[in-house]
Formats: sequence, structure tokens, C-alpha cells
Amino acid sequence: MLQRTVAIASLIAISTIISQPAFAQSPGGSLGKIVASKTFAIAYREESVPFSFIDSTGKPQGYAIDICLKIADEIKKEYKLDKMDIKYVPITPQTRIPVIANGTANAECSSTTITTGRMKQVEFLAPDFITGTKLLVRKGSGITKIEDLQGKTLLALAGTTNEKAALAAIVKHNLKVNVVKVKDHPQALLNLEQGRADAYTSNDVVLYGIRTMAKNPSDYEVVGPFYSYDPFSIMIPKNDTEFRALGLRVMSNLYTSGEIFTMYKKWFEPGPTNINLPMNDDLKNALRLNAFAD
Amino acid sequence: MNYSWDWGMLFRDPYAGWIISGFTTTCILAVYAWLIAFSFGSVIGVLRTLDNKILRTIGTIYVEIFRNIPLLAQMFLWYFVIPELLPADAQHYVKRGMPDPQFWTAVVALGFYTAARVAEQVRSGIQSIPRGQQAAALAMGFSRVQVYRYVLLPIGYRTVIPSLTNDFLGVFKNSSLALTLGVMELTAVARQIEEYTFQSFEPFMAATVLYSCVTLCVIALMRFLERRTRIVGTASAGGH
Repeated sequence: MLQRTVAIASLIAISTIISQPAFAQSPGGSLGKIVASKTFAIAYREESVPFSFIDSTGKPQGYAIDICLKIADEIKKEYKLDKMDIKYVPITPQTRIPVIANGTANAECSSTTITTGRMKQVEFLAPDFITGTKLLVRKGSGITKIEDLQGKTLLALAGTTNEKAALAAIVKHNLKVNVVKVKDHPQALLNLEQGRADAYTSNDVVLYGIRTMAKNPSDYEVVGPFYSYDPFSIMIPKNDTEFRALGLRVMSNLYTSGEIFTMYKKWFEPGPTNINLPMNDDLKNALRLNAFAD
Repeated sequence: MNYSWDWGMLFRDPYAGWIISGFTTTCILAVYAWLIAFSFGSVIGVLRTLDNKILRTIGTIYVEIFRNIPLLAQMFLWYFVIPELLPADAQHYVKRGMPDPQFWTAVVALGFYTAARVAEQVRSGIQSIPRGQQAAALAMGFSRVQVYRYVLLPIGYRTVIPSLTNDFLGVFKNSSLALTLGVMELTAVARQIEEYTFQSFEPFMAATVLYSCVTLCVIALMRFLERRTRIVGTASAGGH
């Protein structure tokens, strides 16, 4: 027993000594682990078009993933690594926090709204997209705003910022709306197409994306003023100063050089799914405000 | 792990209320589904033991269909496909008219799925009784119905109480699949709280504890039933 303990202790001591010099030159936090393993793990969504989704061959891609790939490139260049493997970790809205908190993925690259509540568990890089809550309705239904939903059925993705915003607007206008929770975007569309509900609430960019998936996209329209303000960003682990600084630098550079506009064009105008959404002024301002000098 | 624990949130408004309402929904859903499963499953189970070949085949087809399709797929079929096959009026009622269509669809789907399993238990319970008993009862002048009512079912049910316990527990656990239809039961509520607060471990821990509590209660109840209904000198009188 004692022998074994000594053996284990010396093994630990030796491995610590051996690995010491390697870590000495490396940064701390998750950046240190990325450099040591030469692997960058990207958390992606399967259906968040065009931010983070899989194509017909099952390969993750999208606007947010492109930004994360730039961060991975920068780490490779900065620490002069001979290679950088990209590992893709599939997530859902329910798993995105634990996956970042427990270190399974280094960055969550999809369409996550920055909220102060979420900052209790994770941190965010600079905003990369600005959107807000709207409604997707059948054309000719006469619904143009949330007040028109009196006595009707509204779908919401359980737990999203959009659900919160819609419920707040319903309370504010003192409406009686039957709010039905759905599991994901495709199921919301199915409910709408089968006539089980009158409207679906989500971010307007998401709604434009869902509309393209409908059997007949021209049957549906996105209506309403913005019921919430949703800036999207890349989610990273908490208290991870060095990685955060590097991430912010990469984004600043994209914003300063204007490369972000090319990336935006690639995914949104008209984009692979024909979403055709020109950049709004809020996003232009947000990009300018987050373009810091090197 | 880089995570801020906050167990107090489980007892704060509105999350405490959500958990209670989710737990209640889970229990009500499971009990309704079990009522369907037990009564309908018993009928199918009896059908499978009859001499009439047609009735026996009907029972077998039912069991094989409902037992072999995954429950998740069955939920989707009941919710998204079956209503499309109905005439327009009924379709409108199912989709918009009836109260809480997600909940009742989940009850029906879970009930009929579990019925197939109950049917198999009931069948094996009846078939475990020596053929001689049935023959003796018939020879005494019992009708077929009376044979089942007074001889086969009372002993058959007692024999399968332990394995029925499993299916009763299964109803509670499988009820979590109802969240895919948008029913806000315990698991769905845990997910909802997670989405709102980004505290993912606490609500699921709470859900785990509540599921364990309810299943332990079910086990205790079934043990009690087993003891109370024991008949000395039959298979169900078993050693423990």
C-alpha cells in the first residue's frame, strides 16, 4: 500500500516537472489548453441558419462559425503552432451553458443573445449581430402586431429571450393569448403549417430563416415592431482573461478592416439559404463601436 | 469546472412555482396514461389468451405495433399525423377546439404505448396458471366470462404485480417525452428554468430527486398491494 502511494506520488512529481517547461511559455486559462492540445473546440447548433448550422453533408458552417475559425487561426499564428485541429461539438439551447462551463468546447458560435443573467455563468465577446423579437404569421391573417393576437394562439420556444419579451408585451397590453411552447424551430413551423397556431415569436433573423424552410415561403410574413433588443455574440468561459482578450482583438480587427462586411455578405446577402437580409443600422453602429485599435 | 452554484434559486419565485406545476403535470399525465394503459392493456391481454383465433390475432397485432415503435415516434404520429387524417370538423376540434391538445395527446400516446406492455404482463399472468384450473372451472359450469372474472384474472393479476410495477414506473419516466409536444412537465420545466437562469445543474438535480421520490412511492404502493392481496397457497404468495 505504502509502496504504491510512493510510486503514484513520484509519478505525479515527475510528470509535473516534465510538463513544467512546456507550460512556462504558454498562456494560462483555456488559451493554454488550446495551445497545448493544438485543438480548438467549437460548439455549434444544427439549425440556427445562417449563424451556425450543418449543410447536407453534415459539416457545421455559418456566419458565427467563420468568426470562430478566425479566432482559431489567430491562436495558431500567435503561438506559431504547426497545426490547429478544429473539433466541432453539437449543442442545443439547453446544453450550450454546461458545454462552455465544463470546458467541452472553447467557444460557442451560434446565435446566443448577450444577457447579464447569462454572464453569471459565461462571458461574451463583442456583439456580432443585432436583432430583436418579431412575429411570423400566415399572410392575410391580419396580424401585424402582438395586440392582434387577442384570443389567438402564439408559439414560443421555451426559455428564449423572445418568449420572455412576448410574454411581457402580452401582460403590458393586458391580452388573453394562448401561448404554446415548442421544442425547436422546425416544430414551430410544422405547428404553424398545420394551422395549430396563429403566430410564432422569435428573433426576426431567425424568422426569416424559418420562412425559407416553409413548403411555400410566400405564404408567410414577418411582422411587428421589435419587442426586444437582442445582440448576439460568441460565448466563452468565465474568468478567462487571456482568451477573451485574444478573441476581442480578432473581432476588433475584423470590424476595423471591414472584413466583417464581406463575411456578412457571404451569409446574408442573399446567403446560402436565400435569407436576403441587408445589414441594419443597429448592427453597423455596433460594429463601429466595437472596433478598437490594436 | 467554471460554474457558480446557486441552490437557493430552486426555492425562489417564480422557479419554485414552476417546479411544483411541472411535477403536478407529470403526475397527472402519468396517472391518466396509466388508467388507459391498465384498463385497455388488460382487455388486450385477455384477448391474447382466448381460443378465438381472430380476437387473438387482433391482440397480437396491437401489441406488436405499439411495442415495436419508439414512444417518441408514436408521440409525433399522434400529434402531427393522426389529426391530418380526420375530417375537417374533427381536425379543427383536435387542433384548436379541445383544451390543452398537447397534454391529452401525450396522455393518449403514453397510455396506448404502455397498454401494449401491460397486455403482455396480463397475458403471461393468465398463461402461468395451469390449464387444469380453467378446465375445472368450466366443468363446474362457469361461463367463459366467469372463468376469467373469478379464476384466471384474480390469480393472474396477483402473479404479475411485481412486473406491472415496472410498467407503472415506466409511465412516470416516459412522461418526460411529452416535452417534445410542448407539455410543460417536470423535465420541460427544468429545461425552461435552465434557459431562463443559465443555472443548468440545479433544476435537473431537483427534477432527478422528484422523479426518484415519486417512483419510490410507486414501488412502496405496489409492495403494499402485493402484500395485501396475497393468497396463501398460490404462486403469488411467494417467499418474500
